[in-house]
Amino acid sequence: MLEIVREYWPMLLVGQYPNGPLGGLALTLIVAVLGLAFSLPLSLLIALARVSPVKWLSFVTAQFVRVIRGIPLLMLIFWAYFVVPKLIGSSVSGFTTLVCALVVYQAAYLAEVIRAGIEAIPSGQIEASRSMGSSYMLTMRKVILPQALLNVLPSMTNQFVSTIKETSLGYVISVNELTFSANQVNNLVLTQPLQVFGVLAVVYFIVCFSLSRSLRWLDMRIRRSRAMA
Amino acid sequence: MYLLEAQYLYQMLGGMVTTIQLFIVSWVLAFSVALTLVVIRATEWSVARWLVDAYVEYHRNVPLLVHVLFWYFGMPELLPESVRGWLYQHNAEMSLAAIALGLGAAAYIAEDIRSGLRAIPDTQFEAARAMGANYLQGMRYVIIPQALRHAVPALIGRALLLFKNTSVTMAIGVAELTYQAREIENDTYRTFATYGAATAMYLAGAFLIMFIGARIHAYYAISGGRNA
Repeated sequence: MLEIVREYWPMLLVGQYPNGPLGGLALTLIVAVLGLAFSLPLSLLIALARVSPVKWLSFVTAQFVRVIRGIPLLMLIFWAYFVVPKLIGSSVSGFTTLVCALVVYQAAYLAEVIRAGIEAIPSGQIEASRSMGSSYMLTMRKVILPQALLNVLPSMTNQFVSTIKETSLGYVISVNELTFSANQVNNLVLTQPLQVFGVLAVVYFIVCFSLSRSLRWLDMRIRRSRAMA
Repeated sequence: MYLLEAQYLYQMLGGMVTTIQLFIVSWVLAFSVALTLVVIRATEWSVARWLVDAYVEYHRNVPLLVHVLFWYFGMPELLPESVRGWLYQHNAEMSLAAIALGLGAAAYIAEDIRSGLRAIPDTQFEAARAMGANYLQGMRYVIIPQALRHAVPALIGRALLLFKNTSVTMAIGVAELTYQAREIENDTYRTFATYGAATAMYLAGAFLIMFIGARIHAYYAISGGRNA
């Protein structure tokens, strides 16, 4: 196992870079960060629409979330492969396809998380804020969302770790990320699939485990410092 | 929207049947492994607890696709030649996919049951022991049934995820719904109709699971309890 790591670590870490396109773990992390960065504002909008008093808006977004949560991410990736080029008008790379599919998928899940956070805030908070004369939007922005988002922070960080894991599906549409690179290594080594995929599992484990542990620690720190303030 | 020809429709229905088979087999495997893990985790023996925790953390932090690839490409190497040959002649990708899916889901299900377990007061177990039940009997007749009732909503969500996750096994050539949809799309270029039909089938399956789940939840809800 160690020989494989020693010989092929650049490929697992950055793919063909600098002689070719960036890949490997670096690309996995880039896709995950982009996916989260775009899905976060989108999910906030969806969550606001879902709890909004406008009936049709909450109905439409509820159905959207329900449908996205009912189909596999892989199916969504194939849809993106087909739909995104039509929307943009030119063919797109697997990378863009994967990011688009992840954004839509994660947005639906994150929206549910945020909605749960908003609904957990006692309605007395809204009533107090409204009776002080602030508008609905101002109440959301200044009173509800700051509390709700902080309360659901742990679930949101969990979503980030699952995004990292979900980028592995890029393998199916030949995006050059970590799993795809490992498969290339496997094709080069040829005789040791157990070791190669073992290394792959260990790399994912180290990244995701350490990330989720440090995010949990960070969350605890934030909570503690707020409790003292 | 084109209507798919009969031949393709059969192909897609065949994919749906495979998806359902894979889902059922891997769920049963996952549930039994999860129950075993929970019972081991609840003992006082620290080595066993540590091992269960390691199992759960490993499966929660490695992508499902990697488990599937690992089981399909890696694990058969460890088997003796004769077993391997037999496996490859008997739909190896299907059984290895079911094992990978099941073991992965087991980690999550075990966590769900364990949170259900936390809702049960210790005195329940002590009372069972005081009445002469041994550890396993106390677990089997007193603790687990109550923990499962608490865990029902989480377990339903997990079943839905497992159903959707069967699609990942297309990567090793299991002829399930997503795989067949891709094949048909390659043959006909009717992307919209093909993916539309496959999506509709997944949604039907997902809504069925949600519906049955809601019935189970209503049946097992603890009256007066938090989730009732």
